[in-house]
Amino acid sequence: MRVMAQIAMVMNLDKCIGCHTCSVTCKQTWTNRSGMEYAWFNNVETRPGQGYPRRYADQDKWQGGWELDRRGRLKLKQGGRLKKLLTIFGNPVQPTVQDYYEPWTYDYRTLTDAPLGDDYPVAGPRSLLSGKPMDVKWSANWDDNLGGMPEHGTRDPVVERMQAEVGEKVRFAFEQTFMFYLPRICEHCLNPACVAACPSGAIYKRAEDGIVLVDQDDCRGWRQCVTGCPYKKIYFNHRTGKAEKCTFCYPRIEVGLPTVCSETCVGRLRYLGVLLYDADKVTAAASVQDEKDLYEAQLGVFLDPDDPEVRRAAERDGIAYDWIEAARRSPVRALISTYRIALPLHPEFRTMPMVWYIPPLSPVVEAVSAAGHDGEQAGNLFGAIDALRIPIAYLAELFTAGDPAPVRASLDRLAAMRSHMRDLNLGRTPDGSAAGAVGMTPEQIEEMYHLLAIAKYEDRYVIPTAAAGDARRLEESALPDGCSLDYEDGPGMGGDGPFGADSGRKSLPLVSVESFHIMRRRQTSDDPGDAQ
Amino acid sequence: MDILLWGALPYVAFASLVGGLWWRHKYDQFGWTTRSSEVYESTLLNIASPLFHYGILAVLGGHLLGLFVPASWTDAIGISEHGYHLISLFAGTLAGVLAIAGILMLVYRRRTNAPVFRATTGNDKFMYVFLVGNIVLGLTAKLAHSSISSGYNYRETIAPWARSLFTLQPKVDLMNGVPLAYQVHAVVGMFLIAIVPFTRLVHMFSLPLQYFFRPYVVYRSRDPKQLGEVKPRRGWERVDS
Repeated sequence: MRVMAQIAMVMNLDKCIGCHTCSVTCKQTWTNRSGMEYAWFNNVETRPGQGYPRRYADQDKWQGGWELDRRGRLKLKQGGRLKKLLTIFGNPVQPTVQDYYEPWTYDYRTLTDAPLGDDYPVAGPRSLLSGKPMDVKWSANWDDNLGGMPEHGTRDPVVERMQAEVGEKVRFAFEQTFMFYLPRICEHCLNPACVAACPSGAIYKRAEDGIVLVDQDDCRGWRQCVTGCPYKKIYFNHRTGKAEKCTFCYPRIEVGLPTVCSETCVGRLRYLGVLLYDADKVTAAASVQDEKDLYEAQLGVFLDPDDPEVRRAAERDGIAYDWIEAARRSPVRALISTYRIALPLHPEFRTMPMVWYIPPLSPVVEAVSAAGHDGEQAGNLFGAIDALRIPIAYLAELFTAGDPAPVRASLDRLAAMRSHMRDLNLGRTPDGSAAGAVGMTPEQIEEMYHLLAIAKYEDRYVIPTAAAGDARRLEESALPDGCSLDYEDGPGMGGDGPFGADSGRKSLPLVSVESFHIMRRRQTSDDPGDAQ
Repeated sequence: MDILLWGALPYVAFASLVGGLWWRHKYDQFGWTTRSSEVYESTLLNIASPLFHYGILAVLGGHLLGLFVPASWTDAIGISEHGYHLISLFAGTLAGVLAIAGILMLVYRRRTNAPVFRATTGNDKFMYVFLVGNIVLGLTAKLAHSSISSGYNYRETIAPWARSLFTLQPKVDLMNGVPLAYQVHAVVGMFLIAIVPFTRLVHMFSLPLQYFFRPYVVYRSRDPKQLGEVKPRRGWERVDS
């Protein structure tokens, strides 16, 4: 057993209203630069839809992720090492900017410079790539809210696969459609195909927290990672000629703050926490024969931090005490492993993604109530899940490689929670049958409700700081590595100051009056006592 | 003049190459990239770029063979001067034509595709003039001084001169009778070598051969120095592992 820690995310799709706040704040933080105009580290897709870039999930075309070779071993779908080096002079399957969208601005100058005339001047769109006038024909969320569905809907790869495998036709006719939102960031996979695809070794997974990053100095612009990533979450900066990707806001995570997309999510649907996993089991889990077993296999890789054996092994492998404790309190672990309501996105790509999703249930209560039944009674709800507006088969193609059982189980638990909590709210004593029907205790249901519905800041984001394990070394790190009394005219009569040896008078040692975390607690606390 | 061109310039070019690479590696790794434009246009690039790169690699191989393998070695394995000439003429011309066809397509693409053209820097244009120019110069020199039956035997003049550079006693006299076309090609070639580190050509030195020998997934730890400089107090150091 080799224990490693990973900061993972879970998104509760039931709560996503598709407002794109996460995308916009992420863009303002990370990609509002020339060269990255077309890149959205975080994007929100309407499902069904083609996604961004167009049809990225169609790996027959884009060759992303892993596949099993004839001997059952993992290999990159885009080809082995030799083939990749032989085709390095032109990546045969790299999406062009047209597959994302051509970025544009507007010719605002005509608004002020246009000569006096009868017509209002118009600021026409100008391509940011060529500088020439262009027709805006596609963007990162062109099919938002099912826009243009009759034209684009059937081009959704998931819809195509459903039709091929289950024979189920997805209808896009008015009053028969369905939709939900799917916010996507880099999955920070346990078995990342982008890392494996990089010939320069510039992409790496951080050993401490599992965040996958691109070393901008080592990247040589071979673009193999763009093809390797099946989620198409690595972007080629066309100004600098280097690959860039979602950083999981590591400068924030390191000091215990949630990512920008999580922090600004108005629906509060994102959860962040630590998961411990066994690094020795990852390859075996990613190479199970049947795609439908990948979800269970990945669950098997995660370790239970309440197990003393695991805690000992974690200590041995250098995981700090704070991190083990954070793993025990991790909301992500609760949603993924304890309640089993969160599911991975496209596990069939075999990258072991670490951003998981709670499938959406929302419209079902309304639908049952509208049909004249008691929309929140457990029996009615369970029955109605099969007749969901959003077909379970569609969710299964997204989250479990087509196996409906885990999706169904997850939705059942969410439905049982609603039924149980309604009894409580109406002052009735729940008989526990709803909880029992999904194999949970009423206490568990209530804890799950607390995590999903109350979802306080501290419950959603349990992020140990990078330095916690090393806190003693970090304390007053601006100080010299010596005695604090060693200042000018002091006991040791000076020595170098905290920032080196300048000339003239030495400044006194710096001691911070307020730490970053005291200030944050003061500013964000719900309790007025803390705000003093 | 001869000493300047054939005794000093080679060393200047080599020093510029090595020193430039060192400088670039130390101060501008962020700018060390292929600067690919495939994200703008993929179809033509996927034909032209492999064509050019494989062509130019073959050209490079031919130069190494012609300049640094003495004629006595090829004689020893039974290749006559005429046989060598035919190989060098046909294989060399083929490689040169591939490279020229590829680079002409690439230049055409760069000029006609608006986003690609906008992403072309002055440095690129300057480099392209010398690169395209020198490939053409080399091919003209070869073809102008060759026929099927015989050709200019640079292995008695240019090649020994090139090898003598390594012993730090350049035989400048050998270059005296060399046809002008070859001389121009060699000078421009040395200039190209000198500017490699300062142009996008620098990406030729990052051919990722290490990719064959590393595990697929790369892990890195944060530099512990970035966390804090204070060493653990005596008696509080970690004991296990």
